[in-house]
Amino acid sequence: MNVLTILVVMVGLSVAGYYLGTRQAVGVAGGQRSRLHSLPSYHGLYLASWVLLPAVALLIVWLIVEPHVAEQALIANLPASVEQMDPNTLRLTIGDIEARALGGIVGREVAPEFQPAAEAYAATLSISRWLMAACLVAVMAIGGLLAFRSIGVEMRARNRFERIAEVIMIGAATIAILTTVGIILSLLFETARFFAEVPFFEFLFGLQWSPQTALRADQVGSSGSFGAIPLFAGTLLITLIALCVAVPIGLFAAIYMSEYATPRIRGTAKPILEILAGVPTVVYGFFAALTVAPFFRGLGQSIGLDVSSESALAAGSVMGIMIIPFVSSLSDDVMNAVPQSLRDGAFALGATKSETIRQVILPAALPGIVGAVLLATSRAIGETMIVVMAAGLAANLTANPLEAVTTVTVQIVTLLVGDQEFDSAKTLAAFALGLVLFVVTLCLNIFALHIVRKYREKYD
Amino acid sequence: MSAVELSPDAVGKNAPKIVARGVNVFYGSAQALKEVDLDVGEHEVTALIGPSGCGKSTFLRCLNRMNDVIEGCRVEGRIELDEDDIYDRQLDVVQLRARVGMVFQKPNPFPKSVYDNIAYGPRIHGVGQSKSEMDEIVETSLTRAGLWNEVKDRLQSPGTGLSGGQQQRLCIARAIAVNPEVILMDEPCSALDPIATARIEELIDELRQNFTIVIVTHSMQQAARVSQRTAFFHLGNLVEVGDTEQIFTNPRDERTEGYITGRFG
Repeated sequence: MNVLTILVVMVGLSVAGYYLGTRQAVGVAGGQRSRLHSLPSYHGLYLASWVLLPAVALLIVWLIVEPHVAEQALIANLPASVEQMDPNTLRLTIGDIEARALGGIVGREVAPEFQPAAEAYAATLSISRWLMAACLVAVMAIGGLLAFRSIGVEMRARNRFERIAEVIMIGAATIAILTTVGIILSLLFETARFFAEVPFFEFLFGLQWSPQTALRADQVGSSGSFGAIPLFAGTLLITLIALCVAVPIGLFAAIYMSEYATPRIRGTAKPILEILAGVPTVVYGFFAALTVAPFFRGLGQSIGLDVSSESALAAGSVMGIMIIPFVSSLSDDVMNAVPQSLRDGAFALGATKSETIRQVILPAALPGIVGAVLLATSRAIGETMIVVMAAGLAANLTANPLEAVTTVTVQIVTLLVGDQEFDSAKTLAAFALGLVLFVVTLCLNIFALHIVRKYREKYD
Repeated sequence: MSAVELSPDAVGKNAPKIVARGVNVFYGSAQALKEVDLDVGEHEVTALIGPSGCGKSTFLRCLNRMNDVIEGCRVEGRIELDEDDIYDRQLDVVQLRARVGMVFQKPNPFPKSVYDNIAYGPRIHGVGQSKSEMDEIVETSLTRAGLWNEVKDRLQSPGTGLSGGQQQRLCIARAIAVNPEVILMDEPCSALDPIATARIEELIDELRQNFTIVIVTHSMQQAARVSQRTAFFHLGNLVEVGDTEQIFTNPRDERTEGYITGRFG
């Protein structure tokens, strides 16, 4: 019995429960709805949630536990010969048997001596499914019956259903938070494994990045060196270039929109600027690689400069364009939040528009603008696609924007793309880099949001 | 201007500082002020009273062209400050506002230190080049606004940290610092408690020695206490203007009487 069918039946039953509950509520009220404490639809919803929710919980638990139980049955039926097999091969064989039973594609035929184990596994699964269906029906019936019997004129179905809705929403929030925690934990564990192989200080302060490690003992030239400073420097360089582009343009655009533009122009210009944020980064990437980088190289050649075809300048400036909306939109919002009375005060003293902006509006909005720039920075640091396509792979330790550099994100991509073994220092390095990136952007975001919030409190 | 017929009350006893003739103001297509003729005498306090939406604030904001900031606002007629047309195309609004200062309904100190709040105006007008000159301007302005003793030890703390009444006196000091000839006040006490209000009113009376003051107020007691002349606006019309005492004891127009006796408003 497959899970989809079961789910459809469950939803069907709960919909039926809704109508049943609604009708029953009208029934107990003798057709006079006003006698009921709650509207009939709340009784319906209450009944439906009692039918559906416990069953869903049971289903989830069952589906988590079931494979383990079935695997125990499989292992119990393995032939005695497995004692001589090495653990890895055994693990693979068990995987094959399971995949076959579930109808998956298996590379090899299962050897005859494993037949009993395979049968036991399939039998357990099949029994488990029927058992599960029976249990679900029972749970739904009990839940539905209890809820059905509680329906009455005085029953506070509305309050109870609100409570259930609250629990569902808490559940949704919990899932999101737990996922974040899970990601952090996976980063932490893999990073710990990496630092078991590469010393912490060598990673953070080493000047040489060359993550190719030897797969076989006889390979040459791949010693593996994990000094991440060139990556941090490259990231910093590109972020700086991006900020040099985004901060002036974004800020001036914001000043224009909040202080000079008529509401109509602002209403049009702001969404258009925000479209920039909606352009897929891969599109920026090939714009940088195929249009901007050759342009800079050509420009460099014409004035006698040697610009590499994948330069930090090209990647950084396109990334700057990308983060303009972060700077302009947020800055525009904070400048708009500066009370009109401050502008009036300055104008009444005879200040011109530009004096008012420079000496009153900008200082008042500065914390918010700094927050906007920090958010844009953390976005730039974490940006991947543009730099993968336009910045290059060579881990040069240089401050020259005309050369190719590489960034933390680019290296994570190259370390993990393709077939990899997941226990070498090379792939584990990606997790360490990811953790560094995570910590830095997290700190920037917290700091930025703190500044923005502190500012908001002041005028609202 | 001889073609315009004026009632004798429209012209005060003191020599007029500001002369307004035939002022019409439109917000888009709505007319907010209709043919207002009014003189503001030098070194006296003129109070503008009337129910909400009667155009008194609009008239006040005409006098330093703060209406320029409002989109869709159009001013017709002639307003002269010392016989110069302030709506002349040649006139620099910045210089006009240096001569006609303004204090707003809600205290609006800049989010800067007390000192910088006062120094802001002189700085943008290029007054007080040296530190000692500026210190003197700050001290005089704060003293004249009756705030010096309260803030002299915390000139560098933010102006927004003062109490409401202190903030409003800071705003008055800020306006005085530019050394204007006229100070416009738009309900300067409506956000303050009675004690702070009393202090500001006292201050207004003292400032009359050196400045010409136009004040918009909703409180008729306040108008009676601080002003020498009172103008009553209603629905965009200047209904009646005269000596404050006369307006409050012996109004000529029944609308004025109705308003000051509280029958409408």
